[in-house]
Amino acid sequence: MSFKSELASWPAERVLTSINAATPADVERALSKEERDALDLCALLSPLAANCLEPIAREAQRLTRWHFGRTISMYVPLYISNVCGADCTYCGYAVRSGNKEKRRTLTTDEIRVECEALAAQGFQSVLLLTGEARRAVPPSYIGEAIAIAREYFASVAVEVYTLDQSNYEDFVQRGLDGVTIYMETYDPKTYADVHLIGEKSDYDYRIEAIDRAGRAGVRRLSVGSLLGLTDWRLDGFWTALHARHVQKACWQSAVSVSFPRLRHVPERFHIPELVTDKQLVQLILALRLFLPEAGFNLSTRETPEFRDKLIPLGVTMMSAGSSTRPGGYSLYGEETLEQFEIEDRRSVDEVAAAIKRAGYEPVWKDYDHAFDRGI
Amino acid sequence: MAHAIRYTGNCRVFVTFGKIGVCASKCKPMKTQQNTDPLVIAGRTFRSRMMVGTGKFPSTDALRESLEGCDSEIVTVALRRADLKNPNADSILSAIDPKRHLLLPNTSGARTADEAVRLAKLARSMGCEPWVKLELTPEPRYLLPDPIETLRAAEMLIKDGFIVLPYIQADPILAKRLEEAGAATVMPLGAPIGSNRGLRTRDMIRIIIEQSNIPVVVDAGLGAPSHAAEAMELGADAVLVNTALADARDYRAMARAFAMATEAGRAAYLAGLGPERNAAEASSPLTGFLDGHSA
Repeated sequence: MSFKSELASWPAERVLTSINAATPADVERALSKEERDALDLCALLSPLAANCLEPIAREAQRLTRWHFGRTISMYVPLYISNVCGADCTYCGYAVRSGNKEKRRTLTTDEIRVECEALAAQGFQSVLLLTGEARRAVPPSYIGEAIAIAREYFASVAVEVYTLDQSNYEDFVQRGLDGVTIYMETYDPKTYADVHLIGEKSDYDYRIEAIDRAGRAGVRRLSVGSLLGLTDWRLDGFWTALHARHVQKACWQSAVSVSFPRLRHVPERFHIPELVTDKQLVQLILALRLFLPEAGFNLSTRETPEFRDKLIPLGVTMMSAGSSTRPGGYSLYGEETLEQFEIEDRRSVDEVAAAIKRAGYEPVWKDYDHAFDRGI
Repeated sequence: MAHAIRYTGNCRVFVTFGKIGVCASKCKPMKTQQNTDPLVIAGRTFRSRMMVGTGKFPSTDALRESLEGCDSEIVTVALRRADLKNPNADSILSAIDPKRHLLLPNTSGARTADEAVRLAKLARSMGCEPWVKLELTPEPRYLLPDPIETLRAAEMLIKDGFIVLPYIQADPILAKRLEEAGAATVMPLGAPIGSNRGLRTRDMIRIIIEQSNIPVVVDAGLGAPSHAAEAMELGADAVLVNTALADARDYRAMARAFAMATEAGRAAYLAGLGPERNAAEASSPLTGFLDGHSA
């Protein structure tokens, strides 16, 4: 069954009604159950549950330790292009923001230089990113970037425009093991309001993309919504449903969820549903109880203080020392456009030290080329 | 004093002729004392019947303390996590002492036999001994082993000269098939990995043990020393523990508790446990009349 048809049985009204109807007994039941269903998730996302985050946090911590131990997987984003043909109102890369002179697609040599710089910091897992620009940044270029990155890292993932299954199959051949696709928002109306032009405005093609990646044999699949575009409870609920769908549909792939929260946006955009720290924590905890085995990712969009506090609360993956501009690690500064401003500007070593201080082990390598290539 | 049990310092209990003996000094196992009940896997002798997994520890020190606490000799490491090119920089490998521990590489994360075989060969080419704990877990949520790919990989690796210790469902038929294929042990799961639920598969494990001609190592799910003892009382040859050690407040003490329970369970198995009964049986109310007693 496609996720769209699963989603159809949980329209916004039904989700909100279920969330608002949750009683203290529902929250209690959701907390103590072993397998939680969609109604339990509603109870955990409810305003009522916000009043008892402590026991929910304890359960979230228990489940996370059960499945991941006290470890945090480390990765780093590498923007290889900021050329973009989409106009997403919230995004720094949007074509309407202009900045033509600051647009750049790294050459293969430049990708190498950046990879070298990041590998020297100890990273063994990289996430390659581009804008929405199939013509300027074709799949063949991304494939080449993957092959280069594989020479430097044990694990290579991409967060790029959505593609056909055959493209993902080709990427897997080149050494890709992870794909991240944020739906941004699952609400079709909001989706249409913020994704004005370009391929990204095709809601249906995007929502099925992660399944296509899974069918292509990608081992790690990551979903998420951009928190702030609409009611966080709704998109949080749908994201969780999506993750569970992917776990079943692509049963050989590990599924993870990211929690990108809108903070710094272009001037023309106003964040409609700003998400508070407490709400983000409730969301992460609720999703942990619903998805005990999913990896949870918290990027440098969040502040150092907040990230440190979340280490024991369900997070399993963290980036560090990130830059959101192409060439931002060793080649370019202000002269290339960044996608968004990062909040946690600590060095890799500082973040790793903070993880250790929290009693957790930073894991650098969690994949080996031998899985997919002969020796 | 022969039967007295005394613990001093890090002293470990060991088994001699079904009796429990104790070395009195703060100790390494006493070399002079012969261990008459060693674990033998593929012709190699091990004093300890407890293996340790290394996945979930919060630090190198925590792992090191656990290893010291239980004095385990077989330590398994996921090849996908290990940086074999830089073993000294690797947080797990640096805790393993080649003089004391057999590093048992495992193929966790492999989804197919071919992937597992490649990983095993990689480890061997990097200088590991040709031992491999075969883990074929195509589904990342519960990490349950794929019986078909496991058997296929075992056959390929055994043909290639590997000593293969496969992680399996508690499936007695699969266990026999692997034994026939030449596996060095079978490692059935007690419960889903990391779940700390104990011997949920007890009935099947009992059958595996009864039928097996190779060592049976209960792997996964052992969350408390009593679970380890239970497995050993059933007649398992060894246990493998990870999560319960990594979760402990005191790593060394928990590891030691598991080692003691493992040895206690083994000792009880060798000593011969009495059968379980539902109620006290003082007389024979149903058949007593046959001996001339009135009812």
